[in-house]
Amino acid sequence: MAIHQISVFVQNKPGKLVGIIEELANKGINIRASSIADTAEFGIFRLITNDFDKTREILSENNVTNVTKVIAAKMEDKPGALYRVVDILSEAGINIEYMYAFTASETFGAYVVFRVDDVDAAQKLLDEKGISTLNDEDILDM
Amino acid sequence: MGNYFQPEIETASREEILSIQNEKIVKQVKHAYENVKYYRDLMDEKGVKPEDIKGVDDIKKLPFLSKADLREAYPYGLLGTDLKNCVRIQSTSGTTGKRVVAFYTQHDIDLWEECCARAIVAVGGSNEDVVQVCYGYGLFTGGAGIHGGSHKVGSLTLPMSSGNTERQIQFMMDLGSTILCCTPSYAAYIGETLAERGYKPEDNKLKAGIFGAEPWTEEMRRSIEQSLGIKAYDIYGLTEISGPGVAFECEAQNGMHINEDHFYVEVIDPETGEVLPEGSKGELVFTSLDKEAFPLIRYRTRDICVLSREKCSCGRTHVKMTKPMGRSDDMMIIRGVNVFPSQIETVLLNEGYTPNYQIVVDRVNNSDTLDIYVELAPDQFSDIVSVTQKREKKLESAMRTMLGIGPRIHLVPPKTITRSEGKAVRVIDNRKLHD
Repeated sequence: MAIHQISVFVQNKPGKLVGIIEELANKGINIRASSIADTAEFGIFRLITNDFDKTREILSENNVTNVTKVIAAKMEDKPGALYRVVDILSEAGINIEYMYAFTASETFGAYVVFRVDDVDAAQKLLDEKGISTLNDEDILDM
Repeated sequence: MGNYFQPEIETASREEILSIQNEKIVKQVKHAYENVKYYRDLMDEKGVKPEDIKGVDDIKKLPFLSKADLREAYPYGLLGTDLKNCVRIQSTSGTTGKRVVAFYTQHDIDLWEECCARAIVAVGGSNEDVVQVCYGYGLFTGGAGIHGGSHKVGSLTLPMSSGNTERQIQFMMDLGSTILCCTPSYAAYIGETLAERGYKPEDNKLKAGIFGAEPWTEEMRRSIEQSLGIKAYDIYGLTEISGPGVAFECEAQNGMHINEDHFYVEVIDPETGEVLPEGSKGELVFTSLDKEAFPLIRYRTRDICVLSREKCSCGRTHVKMTKPMGRSDDMMIIRGVNVFPSQIETVLLNEGYTPNYQIVVDRVNNSDTLDIYVELAPDQFSDIVSVTQKREKKLESAMRTMLGIGPRIHLVPPKTITRSEGKAVRVIDNRKLHD
């Protein structure tokens, strides 16, 4: 299943990121999760929102964007929860490019987003091991 | 009155020089017509025969050559002799991918080196001097030309090539260099580094410097003279015509004497190609007068200059040219290397980028910087940092290969490059190069 993540190329300059976020706010987009990878020159702003189609439409107008599928795996609230998931992926030779965590509400729980080199294999593997993951419908209205 | 390397020719009367030129031009045009098919075709097209050229006054009947012709004829199309007679090539950048390749016979090398020797003697050089050559060695003509000239003078030659400033300074101080030859920006950099190391201008043995291959101002001259405790002289040349030493500055420091016994000079209107009266500002056009391997007739330099025949206090009689006051094309000289925006465009298109770019040239700490801003296309963007950075590095390396100098690449979002009246501003040169 996996979920859609939208990435935006942002210049590493004051005012650039805020402009993007403002646009999403004005258009009623709810940001579920986000992370920024920064270099001296530019940043890559990655987003999971309640409506990826609309988000892409809004952001693509003035920005370079990229859509990728990522895995959002539920983390149990106990030591070793992240280790268990990463270990499953690692054992299967799946490479993690980056990851970040998010939570939506007290009842929703904690999730870690994985960007991997083989998203389909990762999804299948986690399903088999009984790790709960999100799909696009899950994040429409939480 | 100063010293001359070849006093009889350097101080020859105007009549003598003209008579030498008249004699040589007839032979040179005949040589080009008979041996260079490319130029023969151009002459035939214009309906000019070698017999029509009886002296330099007839030169205006002949067709021009430009950098575009050199690209067209690459590599052997303008060669005027058998390769077995050639002993050297030198090369410079062309307007797009192809480089300009110039060929030399031993005769051509000798006349080029003699011109450089004249330049060295004009700044006070002799066999008692230690000449430190920190122009680049290799395909670039800077190192090779001055090196050969220094040998002809009999000076002790230090073939340093460019870079490694620590070693430059060590040799300069330990071996007592008296004449420094490099780009003016590198001279300024050496001066600053010496000061940082606690050396005063009088601590070195330098007396003069011959600085060329890039534009520089009178202000920069004064600053170099102060920081190194020397007299700083300009030198002019281009690979197509031979290399440095086509013209050089004398003790008067107010213009460069063109070696008129080897190169015939005209100033033209860059728009119409019409020859302008002496003293007018226009584009310099050179005709080689006695080259064997690479005879170029009416080669358009794109450098904008003024010529002067005012009597020079040094006693030399050859015409003087001002420092180039600009270009009639979009060529930039960055760290002594010729760079055309079209080359940058070629690389961008080859690498799959849009031709939306901006070049920013600046001079920081006396060294030129080249920044290229490139608009990123959606299919070149990855959410993974290392992938996007790798792409940036790949473009940088392709640029380095094409240009011969390494730029800094900045990927920017689309539509972020400044446009004025809808047209992108391609080049921003923040250096102050002309007075």
